[in-house]
Amino acid sequence: MSVELPPRATVERAIDRARRAGASAVDAILIESDSVEARVRAAEIDFVSQARQRILGIRALVAGERGARSACTSTSDLSPEAVNQMAAETVALARATAVDPTAGLPEEAFASEIPDLALFDPADRDVDVETRIQDARAAEAAARGADPRIENSEGSQIGSSFSHIAYGNSAGFFGDYATAAHSLFSEPVARSDGGLQRDYWYTVARRLSDLEAPDAVGREAARRVLRRLGAKRVATCEAPVIFDPVTAPSLLGHLISCVNGYAVYRQSSYLADKLGETIAPASMTVIDDGTRPGGLGSKPFDGEGLPTRRTLVVDRGRLSSYLLDSYSARKLEMQSTGNATRGAGSSPGAGSTNLWLEPGQRSLDEIIASTERGLLVTELIGMGFNPVTGDYSRGAAGLWIEAGEIVGPVEELTIAGNFANMLMDIDAIGSDILWLGSTASPSVRISKMMIAGE
Amino acid sequence: MASSDGGEVAVSFFRDRFGMDDRSLTRALDAALEREVDYADLYFEYTVEDSVALEEGIVKSGSRHLEQGVGVRTQIAERQGYAHSDEVTIENLELAAATARAISESPSRTSAVAVRGSGANARNLYPIETAPTEVPVSEKVGLLEAIDVYARGRDPRVKQVMASVVSQYQTVLIAGSDGSLSADVRPLVRLNVQIIGEDANGRREIGYQGMGGRHDFSRLLETATWRELVDESVRIAMLSLDAKPCPAGTMDVVLGPGWPGILLHEAIGHGLEGDFNRKQTSAFSGRIGERVASPGVTVVDDGTLEARRGSLNIDDEGTPTQRTTLIEDGILCGYLQDRLNARLMGMKPTGNGRRESYAHIPMPRMTNTFMLAGNDDPEEILRSVASGIYAVSFGGGQVDITSGKFVFSVSEAYEIENGRIGAPLKGATLIGNGPDVLTRVSRIGGDLELDRGVGTCGKDGQSVPVGVGLPTIRLDGITVGGTAR
Repeated sequence: MSVELPPRATVERAIDRARRAGASAVDAILIESDSVEARVRAAEIDFVSQARQRILGIRALVAGERGARSACTSTSDLSPEAVNQMAAETVALARATAVDPTAGLPEEAFASEIPDLALFDPADRDVDVETRIQDARAAEAAARGADPRIENSEGSQIGSSFSHIAYGNSAGFFGDYATAAHSLFSEPVARSDGGLQRDYWYTVARRLSDLEAPDAVGREAARRVLRRLGAKRVATCEAPVIFDPVTAPSLLGHLISCVNGYAVYRQSSYLADKLGETIAPASMTVIDDGTRPGGLGSKPFDGEGLPTRRTLVVDRGRLSSYLLDSYSARKLEMQSTGNATRGAGSSPGAGSTNLWLEPGQRSLDEIIASTERGLLVTELIGMGFNPVTGDYSRGAAGLWIEAGEIVGPVEELTIAGNFANMLMDIDAIGSDILWLGSTASPSVRISKMMIAGE
Repeated sequence: MASSDGGEVAVSFFRDRFGMDDRSLTRALDAALEREVDYADLYFEYTVEDSVALEEGIVKSGSRHLEQGVGVRTQIAERQGYAHSDEVTIENLELAAATARAISESPSRTSAVAVRGSGANARNLYPIETAPTEVPVSEKVGLLEAIDVYARGRDPRVKQVMASVVSQYQTVLIAGSDGSLSADVRPLVRLNVQIIGEDANGRREIGYQGMGGRHDFSRLLETATWRELVDESVRIAMLSLDAKPCPAGTMDVVLGPGWPGILLHEAIGHGLEGDFNRKQTSAFSGRIGERVASPGVTVVDDGTLEARRGSLNIDDEGTPTQRTTLIEDGILCGYLQDRLNARLMGMKPTGNGRRESYAHIPMPRMTNTFMLAGNDDPEEILRSVASGIYAVSFGGGQVDITSGKFVFSVSEAYEIENGRIGAPLKGATLIGNGPDVLTRVSRIGGDLELDRGVGTCGKDGQSVPVGVGLPTIRLDGITVGGTAR
């Protein structure tokens, strides 16, 4: 059996070996995780899966005339011999690429301390799988017991993962931290004369104690699937569309893809060259904050070792910042916003941390009541968004509104528009923000979109 | 002398590198069988992947990844226990086996069978000269640089060229508690080209094409091959600059041959996967023998096509792949099965048990899914449409398996007026209902084509490479989403 080193020693070995092989700059990340997943369907366990995974990623830069060549590698073989070999291979691979004048480690100041962002509760390590499976059983029973029309399900699933991330670079930065994520998901299937429907509900958090109660998850999943039964189609029309807090974050996801520094410098975003311009109504403020305690997108330092921070992306309707790592920042002659992402298998990129739309004053019910005729979207499918042009067209299902009241479920329709217009046409923002991931939004109404149906 | 059979090569590889000979495999399985289970298996994987990418005229980065690990699985009734580790040692295997067998409550031991076999496969669908990950990086860099120069020379409106090649070489070994030993070596290559075009008014559009399969990397280096791919990417980007918004509403749609077969994948294929049908959560549950498509429509899933992206000698449970007829002359006749769901439904596995990697449990998945050719002339099919749209290429798609509702985005489309192809359209989405959509097929062309080898299918968080195919078909009364009236 090969002997392995502690995380910091592995990261430092990779950096040292790549330097010795001729790299002018190196960084390395070691991600270790333990995870368990299990699904219960009706009264039976469907599967239980447990795993331990470790992966080391190395990026080597080899200085050239006015720039550097670069390559990255990853390996799940962490024996010292394998690390040595991979470090040398990384440098050899870098030598085969072209000199990029922009390539390099950040010039900004690295994180000087590692704040505790409450991303992990050590006590959760002691909770055994059986206890978590009981949560899945409770959610499944609550969903299945909610109504006789729920006679089937895809099951209720739990997941827990504990990770340790260690990152270091040849500029002298080293940092590490532990994180965890726990989830519970329930997906019942309901039957009526109109056919089968499925829907789901879930809860996800850094600490087990922050999860929603299992029976509440099951009941909410049941409520959501039952309201879809008997769904009809609507005639093709132009009407207001309300996104609920489950579907609205997808709009922020599209915004993120358009303010990503790489899309901006490549001119593959409709928001390239729009910094400082009004892109949304004054009621709209979007914030990215990697330091939010317990946040699912929080991290004490970013994928290049820079401190994470709070960034106003949209400030009262005005595009106030892109999301940048050091590379895309240099391309745009800006500074990194501490938004570098880094997986073991890729060089740094830019991405959001915790990103949300600031809530407004009105409840979803009030927004519905003020809608003469329109659609409340509760599920979206398909990938019809083009960040280059902003063209948007996706499949949708939801609830139809007539005279300010929900009259019944609708499905098999598409909603379409141009994202630039859609943002400007936001005329109501709810107070009901819901954190179901690292991107969160309250309900949002767009005053008009094209709805295609019968 | 070294064997050229991929299965035999894989068996020697895991024996020589990790000490996994017949005795070790039997010992590890024995540990999984310490409780009463219906079946247990071990899945070993060693995958090397490399890629190089070009943008702004230079190959800015290269990458190389090594992934190794083993998964131990047990099955009892409909329960599955799974444990995986990236350390391929006998000690870790026994530990994983103890975790996996914990789903069984019965203490009585299952009798073990000695693992033996050469791992040789009855056929090799992807014979190659050189592992794609062993092709020198300089050749890959050279290809991308040539593509960049060529693309920029095609049209002055080409603003950005992004191109990448990805090579993968996967070695797998599967040992089952029935004593079976299966193995495979699977090459996979892919070339992607993305063009951003910009017109005089500063309006930008994107054109994308990709190709690949389980074949030698050298096929991508053939000048005529990659040039055609670049030409297509440039053409689509420029076409989109001139496109007008797609109208919304119900209309007749002609689908072009090849990649639009993604319709079958989304609308039909997923709904016929064994797991959803065993659980009765598919819109197609219990409908075998019923008419779900127009007469003349025959849809198959075929994992045995040479060199295709979706093809496999054996699936990830060791079952040889096959051609499975899903719909014959409009009648639903088959499901796609892995071992677990086949056993629970009293059917035979169809070689569709696939997984993303050793870190994932197998599920029923598609391979290459396509509709067989009909007799109609594609030109005549277009002429038959008074008013509608002609959809030639697609972006992504998605289906709700339970309700049967599907959607996909059209990346190249034209309006049809009085049987003639008119202006290009952008931003179109097609939506429909799986069990209904193929009953709307009114014409089937004789021009079956398979896609270029770019499909990746996602299910339960697992991605696997797949293929699709279609002849030109006409669909009557499909809902099209767009922004125009």
